[in-house]
This record gives sequence, C-alpha cells and structure tokens, in this order.
Amino acid sequence: MEKIRVLVGKPGLDGHDRGAKVVARALRDAGMEVIYTGIRQTPEDIVNTALEEDVQIIGLSILSGAHMKLCEKVLKLLKEKDANIPIFLGGIIPEDDIPALKEMGIKEVFGPGTPLETIISKVKEIANSKEA
Amino acid sequence: MFKEEKLNEILEKKKQWEESTLKKTLERFPERKEKFKTTFNEELKRLYTPEDIKDIDYLEDIGFPGEYPFTRGVQPTMYRGRFWTMRQYAGFATAEESNKRYKYLLEQGQTGLSVAFDLPTQIGYDSDHSMSEGEVGKVGVAIDSLKDMEILFDGIPLDKVSVSMTINSTASVLLSMLIAVAEKQGVPQEKLRGTIQNDILKEYIARGTYVFPPEPSMKIIVDIFEYGSKYLPKFNLISISGYHIREAGANAVQEVAFTLADGLAYVEAAIKAGLDPNIFGKNLSFFFNAHNNFIEEIAKFRAARKLWAKLMKNKFNVTNPAALRLKFHTQTAGSTLTAQQPLNNIIRVTMQALAAVLGGTQSLHTNSYDEALGLPTELSATIALRTQQIIAYESGVTETVDPFAGSYVIEALTKDIEEKALKYIDKIEKMDGMVKAIEDGYIQKEILNSAYESQLAVENGEQIIVGLNKFTVEEEQKSGTILKVDPEVEERQKEKLRKLRKERDNDLVKKNLLKLRNAAENKENVMPYILEAVKSYATLGEITDVLRDVYGEYHEAVIL
Repeated sequence: MEKIRVLVGKPGLDGHDRGAKVVARALRDAGMEVIYTGIRQTPEDIVNTALEEDVQIIGLSILSGAHMKLCEKVLKLLKEKDANIPIFLGGIIPEDDIPALKEMGIKEVFGPGTPLETIISKVKEIANSKEA
Repeated sequence: MFKEEKLNEILEKKKQWEESTLKKTLERFPERKEKFKTTFNEELKRLYTPEDIKDIDYLEDIGFPGEYPFTRGVQPTMYRGRFWTMRQYAGFATAEESNKRYKYLLEQGQTGLSVAFDLPTQIGYDSDHSMSEGEVGKVGVAIDSLKDMEILFDGIPLDKVSVSMTINSTASVLLSMLIAVAEKQGVPQEKLRGTIQNDILKEYIARGTYVFPPEPSMKIIVDIFEYGSKYLPKFNLISISGYHIREAGANAVQEVAFTLADGLAYVEAAIKAGLDPNIFGKNLSFFFNAHNNFIEEIAKFRAARKLWAKLMKNKFNVTNPAALRLKFHTQTAGSTLTAQQPLNNIIRVTMQALAAVLGGTQSLHTNSYDEALGLPTELSATIALRTQQIIAYESGVTETVDPFAGSYVIEALTKDIEEKALKYIDKIEKMDGMVKAIEDGYIQKEILNSAYESQLAVENGEQIIVGLNKFTVEEEQKSGTILKVDPEVEERQKEKLRKLRKERDNDLVKKNLLKLRNAAENKENVMPYILEAVKSYATLGEITDVLRDVYGEYHEAVIL
C-alpha cells in the first residue's frame, strides 16, 4: 500500500501551532508523508500546495475563531479547481458550529484533548475511502 | 545551613529509616509508579531532607525579600503591603463592546486592565485588509486607528488605571495611541502606568505574530526603550514572556531558560545602542505561565527571580537594585484547560493561581473555565476574577512573605531549576545568542520535542488528566453558553474605516507617513514619528505598511 500523503496547514493569522505540529509529527510517526505549511497561510496557499504536493487529505488547524470563513474559502477553491480532497479540522471549534461545518463539507472536526490515536485512525479511514 | 555533624546524623538516620520503616512498607505497598518525574525529566525524590539543601547558603542564595538575589520576592513586605494587580486579559469584537467589559471588570474589583487585541491588529493589518477576513474582533478587540482607542478607554481614567497591552510587532503604534488618548484625557504621558508586551523574540519562537525580521524588530524595541526611559518613567516597556513558550510545549526549565535568554538579548541590544542598564533595567518586566505542577512552579518563579538578578549583576555589572529585580505577571496555563468536563478547569486555575501567588507574582490573570471552548462569558470571567480574590482575602497565604521558603523540596528544586536553566543559557550563548538560536530553529525544535513527549505521556496514560484520560464521562453538550462574536463586527469596523479615511486630513496623514518612512530609512528613532502619524489618524495598517516596506517581512523556516 502506498503511503498516505497529508497536508497539515494553518490558514489565517493564528500563530498557535503546537497542536498542528504535534498532530503532524504523530501522523508522520504513523507512517504517513506529512507536508506542514507553517503558519499564516492564505486559503489559496493551502489549496495550491495541496495540489502541487498531490495530497490525499488536508488537515486544517484554526484556533482564532475564523474557522467558518476560512473553511468555506478553502472548500470553494478546491471545488473551483475540481479537486476532490477531503478536509479535517482541528482547534477551538464551538460545538454549535460543527453541524454547519460538516454540511459545508468538512469531514471531521477534532476538538482539544482528542487522542492522537483517534486522529490517526480517522485520517487513515478518510484518506482510504474511495468516495472521498 | 546545617552543621556537618548534624547532617551526618540525619544521613545515618535516613539510612536506618530506609532499611527498616520504608522497606517494610514498600514490600507491602509498592509505590504507584516506578519513577516520579518533574516536567523537565528529573527524577523527583521520594523524600527531601536537609541533605538536599546542604550546599545552599541562606544569605547568598535565599536572602531577604526586597534584597539581592530576590529569591524571596521583590518587595520586603510583599502582599502584606498590597496584593498583586488583578489583571484579567480581555477584549473582543469592537472598542465599544470591550470598553463595556472593562468597566464591568473594574466594577467587580479588577485592579488593572489587560487588553487583548485581535490578530489583524497584532500583525498590522487594518480590518478591511484581505488577510483580516474572518479574524476581525475574534481573539481580541479590533483597533484600526486612534479613533478606536479613544472609544476603548472612554470613561476609564488613564492616570488611575494601569493598562497592560498584549501587543508585540505593532507595540510602537499601540503605545503611541495610548499616549495620544491619555493626552486627550489630560493625562501627561509621564503619569501613564502599565505594560506593553513588546517581546518579539518569543513571537518567532512560539506565538507567531511577527511582522518584520529580527534585526529591525530589535531596533524598534530599542527605540521604544529609549523613548520610554525619557518620557514614560512609570511604564514597563517590555514584558519578556515565557508564557507562550510554555504554552507551545516547553517544560519549566526551558520556560525559565528561554525567557531569560530573550531578556539578555534585549539588554544587550539596548546597551549596544548606548542605553544604561541601570536605568532601563527598571522598566523591564516578565511574564510567566502558572502550570499544573504546584511544587515545581513555586520553585520555578523563585529560581527565575534569582537567576535574573545574578545574570544582570554578573554580565552587565548592574548595581541599581531596582534594575536587578525580576518583576513578573503570571497567567494560568490555558493549554491545561480541558474541553471535557469544563468546570474542572476552575479547580485547575485555582491551584495554578495559588502557585503564582506563592511564587511571588506582581500581577495575575486567571483563565476562565470555558476557554477551551471559546471566548469567556461575563459569568466565567467573573468566577476567574473571584478565584484571585478568594486567594487574596481568604486563603491566608498572603499574610506572610514567601511562606514556602525553607521547604527542603522547594529550595532543592529552586536550585535545580536555576542550574539547569543556566546551562541552557550558556549553551545559547555559545550558539551566538538567542536571535541566532531562533533563526536556526534550535529553540523551536527543543520546545516541539517537549510538546510531543508530553502529548505521548498523556496518550499512554503516564500523565493523568482528570476527565480526559481518567474519570471520563459520556459528554453531554459541551458548549452551553459561550461567547460568540457577531459576524457583523467586521462589517462595522470596515464602515468605520471608510468614514475615517473620508473625514481625516489625508494630506497631513500622507506627510506624516512620509516623515516616518524617512526616519526608518535613516535609522532614526521611529517613535516620535509614529506618534505624530497616529495623532493625525493614520491607521495601524498604513503605519505598519510603511515599516514593512522599509524593513521587509519575516518568514519562518518551517520546523517539524
């Protein structure tokens, strides 16, 4: 089986990257190819990198509360480019926002305290599912 | 501290105790863990005795409060004279809404303000910039121009309330706005009390709101020192922050080491620019995290204070006691709060705050229990403030100075943290200083390693977090009532900006921005020019753009 290629990105202005980095490292330790963008990426940057790197799945980390707008933008750009790459999201995401995010097309939302094991297995599941 | 004879006797008795009393118990009841460790991976002993502090000289290492090396505190009477400043970090949405929250908190007995700015303000973008989209008013208040700042402090007397501002790369602009508002209130800048964070090095390390490359960033900071030592005698011109370094995953030793190493870098830069550390040293302040491990944290604060006094004295020959004292603000550890069973966070915050008080803090922010879920509500912010008031007025720990001094474990750990931090500082010095160590990614890597290790410890159950990996319950709806920022805020801020740009004297703005550009290009002190630009209602984004143009922008090397 080929290695799963995953992009971990931080869109927006939020610079708290501990979660993103720890998750990125855990995915790498779990045998995936991880591309980490660093902080302060625009949705355009993220989508372009995802396409250039030919990833199967994108993880976004947002703690500033700007998740609705940023996710919407990333999804819209992906659609425009006809790219069918599933997205998971981590950060401080109020419970109330989760249904709307899922409706928008975000596959999974991981709040604070989610075990790395859970994230790893879910990422594998999403990346390997054909209908993604 | 003990006579050798007595020590030998204690040692002998300890051996006996180990062979008889202890051994029997261990056979019947093995200990919970094979090893008990500090956050910095040092094995914590079962028992500390006078033997562990035998190399500590009371007069040299501990001494008296208010005197070198300040291990027991920076003031002789500490909280018997006056409590720490209860300074809750707050700000959201617009200047109008934040102003209301400040007035409420002051009515509830908060004694100082601490302004949280939104990310565009922190990074020098106006609310209508494309990078600001979705971020306006979210993690703090949106400030675009002096107009917003006038509203923010409307009805708050700046000669009576001290104001702390969490602002770094754009600190020069926000400080200028504060000076200008004070002037409008009839308060001369000499009377202003407060703090600007103004610590750019930790932004490169841990928090990410940098704008310019390290060199011009350091130059702006020195400009602020120079301006401030002349005109703002009561203001802390920097708050050298370990808080974010700890939040990014550092352990207690790394927090002390990297923070003080940042501090040394600022002092060196200022001395190089011709400033006297005996003078500007008084206007330095620090900011630490109060984390979970109660004993270790108390020792950490004492170690930091002692080590800084020694470094200032030995490296820079500082003699003025006021410039040797490490004064610090503390915030409880946001990263320890759990979204699971959020009310448990009230207890975590209480213990962390207590450690800060026992460690001798000058100012304290207690987190609200719902911060792992979103912005604090008025209720949760009030409980957080009440936590401080209960410690201050009811706990009794404020009635005597540095009550845990002389505890075998506290003194042993204080020394241990001091020594280990000094080792890091020496190593960084050999790497050619903190700026270089950051540019090389060394610091970031050390912190990430610690963060990853501690996450793994939680995953494998070595580190217990109540409600998260033990004593868990099926969660009901988590959010309850959390504060949400109205999406309309962004539109309102944009509208305000449109109006401002129409109404102000645009020729004057242009002229002032040009003067600022010339000053920056000629390496003059930029502060007076920023102040002038601010007063003519140039926006934060416009001012930062001029500096961006002259200084360039920083892009981090991505480290995993």
